Amino acid sequence: MEKKEMVKIYIMGKEYKVPPSLTIMKALEYSGYKFIRGCGCRGGVCGACATVYRFPDSYKINVGLACQTLIEPDMYLTQIPFYPANRASYDIETIEPLVEEILKRYPEIARCLCCNTCKKACPQDLEVMEYIQAALRGDIERAAKLSFECILCGLCVSRCPSEIVHYNVGILCRRLFAKFMVPKAKDLKKRVEEIKAGKFDKEVEKYVKMSTKELKELYDKRDIEPV
Amino acid sequence: MSYPNYMLDLIKKVEATRPKRIAQVKKGENFASLSAEKGGELLRKFHPDYKEGTKRKLQLGKSKGSLVPNEVADIIEANPCIDLKNVNLEKIDYDVDVLVIGGGGAGSCAALVAQEQGAKVLIATKLRHGDANTIMAEGGIQAADKNQDSPGLHFLDTMGGGHFSNDPELLGVLVKEAPLAIEWLENLGVMFDKDNEGTMSTLHGGGTSRKRMHSAGDMTGAEIMRTLRDEIKNRPDIEVVEFAPAVELIVDDKGQCAGAALYNLETKQYSVVKAKTTVIATGGFGRLHIQGFPTTNHYGATADGLVLAYRVGCSLTFMDASQFHPTGVIYPEQNVGLLITEKVRGAGAQLANIDGEQFVYPLEPRDIESSAIIRECLERKKGVKTPTDRIGVWLDSVMIEILKGEGAIQRDFPAKYRQFMRHGIDISKQPMLVFPTLHYQNGGVKINADAGTEVPNLYVAGEASGGIHGRNRLMGNSLLDITVFGRRAGQEAAIKAKQAKIGKLSLEHVGKYRTNLQNSGIKTDRISPMLLPDYVGKIG
Repeated sequence: MEKKEMVKIYIMGKEYKVPPSLTIMKALEYSGYKFIRGCGCRGGVCGACATVYRFPDSYKINVGLACQTLIEPDMYLTQIPFYPANRASYDIETIEPLVEEILKRYPEIARCLCCNTCKKACPQDLEVMEYIQAALRGDIERAAKLSFECILCGLCVSRCPSEIVHYNVGILCRRLFAKFMVPKAKDLKKRVEEIKAGKFDKEVEKYVKMSTKELKELYDKRDIEPV
Repeated sequence: MSYPNYMLDLIKKVEATRPKRIAQVKKGENFASLSAEKGGELLRKFHPDYKEGTKRKLQLGKSKGSLVPNEVADIIEANPCIDLKNVNLEKIDYDVDVLVIGGGGAGSCAALVAQEQGAKVLIATKLRHGDANTIMAEGGIQAADKNQDSPGLHFLDTMGGGHFSNDPELLGVLVKEAPLAIEWLENLGVMFDKDNEGTMSTLHGGGTSRKRMHSAGDMTGAEIMRTLRDEIKNRPDIEVVEFAPAVELIVDDKGQCAGAALYNLETKQYSVVKAKTTVIATGGFGRLHIQGFPTTNHYGATADGLVLAYRVGCSLTFMDASQFHPTGVIYPEQNVGLLITEKVRGAGAQLANIDGEQFVYPLEPRDIESSAIIRECLERKKGVKTPTDRIGVWLDSVMIEILKGEGAIQRDFPAKYRQFMRHGIDISKQPMLVFPTLHYQNGGVKINADAGTEVPNLYVAGEASGGIHGRNRLMGNSLLDITVFGRRAGQEAAIKAKQAKIGKLSLEHVGKYRTNLQNSGIKTDRISPMLLPDYVGKIG
């Protein structure tokens, strides 16, 4: 690759030249970094590689996942692989899906200034402030649904002037919603009872002992439930 | 950045055939699926597993003589990386009932169930707790819990998908405990896709005869993983040590597994775990890049557990069978190798060649689907070339919008939609370009139905184990496997721990392994476990 094609970036203030159109993660590796922290799934779902960056001609702080964000010339970047965040313990069997339970554990959500900085810091573009406000109102369903795509990267936490740990509120709401507010699957419950009563023991045992020849015949004869 | 102009022109051919293909789907007409025999022929001709010169026989150990990919042989036939003079077995840093190595899905399930049995549990994990392939699993988890379905049909589908090579006993456990696993997750507060009455939304996956794929959007694994991790944080009897991979198992003078030596990746110090029982749940080998393939796998998927288990005397099974997921991204270049969940095809998307024509039933088992794509690109020359000379076929996601209504992509595949929009491609309006990508280690350490191994007090669960899926795993059976066998391993390890008596700790097998290597005529400076892949100075 010719030199003129290389792009100048600054990793924690230090200049490196890397080929264009790399992700931040691959640019860091190309520059000689071997990740221990700050690298996980490399596919945008694990939240390990939260990164903040700025450009010399703008006051703005930008955020992104290193594995998903492409480098741009003159990017000044650093990763935030860990950010301290408190988490309240609870017993999922005895907790109730009530706003009091959330406030008891995370009273600081009442300090939310509605500044929306959390949303601006979210690499998933989630309505972070909205779900915190929903949790504060006791609208656990809305908080659960709005936070569903949270990858727990912690960028919201790092930017919040009210020192809220948004993602822990989000996962509490999702578990409360899924466990207590959505009806249990009836057919699942029935099937579990049948299995525990041994209803399928014979059927499964028959297949376990069946010859490959018989299995192949049955396999090719299966009827397929319509899509 | 979006598609370059020449690709936009080719997309017009996909658009031209789409109305016809949509009409066929609506009439219930499918591209014919292959019989077991025809599928087998296709595999032998085009599946990477059958490519010559990519494997070799192991020269030492319990599975000496068995064929494994060269990349696996390279880490098995390698010197232990542990620096014995810095490991002090006299000083026990952690003394626990159950040691779980690996903080992914299987390990977390094992830890929770072991703790419920009253065990004191330590999870030692290489990266963060939850950094694992589990978090990347998108499409779903299988269980035969609907009226029209049964564990027997689940067994038959899975056996067929594995070309009748699966260990029937392990598979029997998997299908029978599947609904129990789903109920357990439901009770932990996993936000499954459900209708208003609470009935689980279920879809087909490749090779299923009934719709039994349960999901949580297209982040099913992430939702399961973050819930398991959250629950573990609620339980003080489970300690988690991060960035501390096990680099060698410890045995005792009776030949039982007795814990492990951990290596702090940041401080470079070793610590010693004494454990009555040990569960290996370290995942698979995607980051070994078998045959140079890109991978969907997590950064830490370097098959460390295989190496550890092998050195203390476990057998490996089905290690010559690698799973290539049919639909890995090949454009844009930054996303090469990333997974496009099979749920996309389950929801109605079809594959199409450069002429916009369908060439395979969209829901064949993965190895057959992959082989058909490879044939289309390499033999029939009907693939589409990217600007960086990768070749692939179209995955016509737009069909989902037409079949399920506008907005279906954003609703059902939010993570995928976002991932492509970052690069200016709207997958609700344009197809994706895909080619098979290294996805899953079908084989692994040989286990019994209790997740036990040939070494006393050592258990293996999840992708690190082999046999359940035979030569080819079906979609949705891995999240299931990690839950069912993770739980089993935790249960059995905790019960065993109650009566296990551990003798004098030893790492003598490490020296023996070195000698064994030399005696086998293997001269190498390779060291393992690998721990982390090396992309430094490269474009990984």
